[in-house]
Amino acid sequence: MNSGRDAVADISADMARGPRPKKAFSLPNFVIYSTLTLLAMYYLAPLYVMIVTSLKTMPEVRLGNVFSLPREITIEPWIKAWATACTGLNCDGLSRGFWNSVQILVPSVVLSIAVASVNGYALAFWRFKGANILFTILLFGAFIPYQVMLYPIVMILRDIGLYGDVWGLVIVHSIFGMPILTLLFRNYFSSLPLELIKAARVDGAGFWGILIRVLLPMSAPIVVVAIILQVTGIWNDFLFGVVYTRPDSYPMTVQLNNIVNSTFGEKEYNVNMAATIITGLVPLVVYFVSGKLFVRGIAAGAVKG
Amino acid sequence: MHSVSVKDLKLNFGSVEVLQDLNIDINDGEFLVLLGSSGCGKSTLLNCIAGLLDITDGQIYIKGRNVTWEEPSQRGIGMVFQSYALYPQMSVEGNLSFGLKNAKLPAAEIATRVARAAEILQIEPLLKRKPAALSGGQRQRVAIGRALVRDVDVFLFDEPLSNLDAKLRADLRVELKQLHRQLENTMIYVTHDQVEAMTLADRIAIMRAGKIQQLDSPNEIYNRPVNKYVADFIGSPSMNFMNGKIGAKGLTIGDVTLPVDGYKAAGKLAKGNVIVGIRPEHVATGNDVRDAAYKTKVVADLLEPMGADTLVWAQFAGHELRLRMDGQNKIEEGQEIEIGLNAESMHFFDHKTEERL
Ligand SMILES: Nc1ncnc2c1ncn2[C@@H]1O[C@H](COP(=O)(O)OP(=O)(O)O)[C@@H](O)[C@H]1O
Ligand SMILES: [Mg+2]
Repeated sequence: MNSGRDAVADISADMARGPRPKKAFSLPNFVIYSTLTLLAMYYLAPLYVMIVTSLKTMPEVRLGNVFSLPREITIEPWIKAWATACTGLNCDGLSRGFWNSVQILVPSVVLSIAVASVNGYALAFWRFKGANILFTILLFGAFIPYQVMLYPIVMILRDIGLYGDVWGLVIVHSIFGMPILTLLFRNYFSSLPLELIKAARVDGAGFWGILIRVLLPMSAPIVVVAIILQVTGIWNDFLFGVVYTRPDSYPMTVQLNNIVNSTFGEKEYNVNMAATIITGLVPLVVYFVSGKLFVRGIAAGAVKG
Repeated sequence: MHSVSVKDLKLNFGSVEVLQDLNIDINDGEFLVLLGSSGCGKSTLLNCIAGLLDITDGQIYIKGRNVTWEEPSQRGIGMVFQSYALYPQMSVEGNLSFGLKNAKLPAAEIATRVARAAEILQIEPLLKRKPAALSGGQRQRVAIGRALVRDVDVFLFDEPLSNLDAKLRADLRVELKQLHRQLENTMIYVTHDQVEAMTLADRIAIMRAGKIQQLDSPNEIYNRPVNKYVADFIGSPSMNFMNGKIGAKGLTIGDVTLPVDGYKAAGKLAKGNVIVGIRPEHVATGNDVRDAAYKTKVVADLLEPMGADTLVWAQFAGHELRLRMDGQNKIEEGQEIEIGLNAESMHFFDHKTEERL
């Protein structure tokens, strides 16, 4: 009997060929997946509550069962949040804040990335006097708490006549994004072969020619990273928005805060939830869209010429 | 008129002196190879000639024109790099024409030059491709093409074949030599590979720690190395060195004395301690032993068969001696072999300065 069993074992060992078959179920996998599921539920629960609440009517919200699905789905709260919700000052909902935020966001992102890419390029390739000191200062700048500079910037903006103006806020966002973006671009450019720059110089390209025609076309991955950082950072900003703009040009986050905090009678939880989701939608979309671009960008950048 | 002249060139990186008072004149149409071990300053010298580094002192002339303060693109040079350095987002055609567009040449002229370079290098079918879609050899061809379209007198190569595999390297080496014949322009070629240097060069400049040790034809460098460093650097397997003494009866190594007649000394061969160098391929074996001035027998301790020939490790007069035998010889480890030594194929170096005697 014994020898027979051994023979079977030998045959199965001899049959091993190709990829090793994967076990359908194993203890480590079970532990990993159950932990991940639990964590995912924990983080998704608030989102779930927000979505179902935003789709309920006020009488149903009043029942107080936050986890129950809406008995009667309504998009009324979403419409109100976007178009007619009132702050202490006006009653045109989030739409006003949304367009203000767009007006702040687009120039800030473009300006900060344009300037930071030039900074990073100069720091990476053109060893000028004081380059190291400048770099250290920039690094240091990334760690200064915003609050320290809040009031001095108010004074500076007032002196140059941009206080309360959307462009004042654009400049502030661009400056505060500068250290980390410059660092990002510098490191990316430093990882490129120096011989590429040398070849371009022999080919007669100057400072700008090398940046615009050689380097930027191969910088898609890092530009995408910079866009993600800036869009989410600037869109979510509340502090600078409330300090440096006037009420009629408040960004969306400030508008949201004002809607949620101004109560006439009872709190409209469904409207507040809808307003919050709408405000968070832009960073969310950026993550989903650019995530794909990001991976593609990295893959394209990885193939060195 | 020299094609390229480097006069009293000095280059420091901060406080590190990489090149000191370097002088070299390169003739029109010459293929000059800068050869030396890694870190000796070959690329630095090439970058100085190209204008990619700001020199600390000295002058650079190209075609009789002082270009010391000129931009790389104005110097009339083309350059090929080890990593190819192709622009990854441009097609092959874009890579070739980039410099010409920067120079604002008319479109028709650009098209003509690109077509000509593509024809010479046989890369016409690749013109629309991006560098990522090319093999290493094709990329290096495009890199050479980028220098070619510039229509310049001087080509600079910085280890252009180092990233290629051995077979491709040998093929491209021959192609480079043919290209030089065809174009007849001046080429300055940096490498650490002595085979490339010996096969390609009209003259080789052997560099060590930022200084040129010897500037001569490959033949002269192989047969009359100016010092022990050069003798050791050139030749594979490398030269055997032994400590000896020149006396009245000839050369004494350990307990062996050999005649020194036939050695072509620079001056009169003075008596005293010397370093004796002899190349493994210059130790006579087989039938050649008959005519040798000195004959003896050694034991083959270790064999390294390489097909065409076999490297034998043996002991001679208290020193290790490597010798090269025909690969068809049937010998075994432990076997005695007869060898012959001739003073005319030896090299004597001063035991202190290590300069050739
Ligand atoms: N940018 C630099 N900064 C400081 N030292 C350098 C720099 N480039 C090269 N060196 C030094 O100069 C010496 C010569 O370098 P290089 O010319 O690249 O040598 P190779 O002969 O291998 O081409 C080396 O010791 C190297 O460390
Ligand atoms: Mg080098």
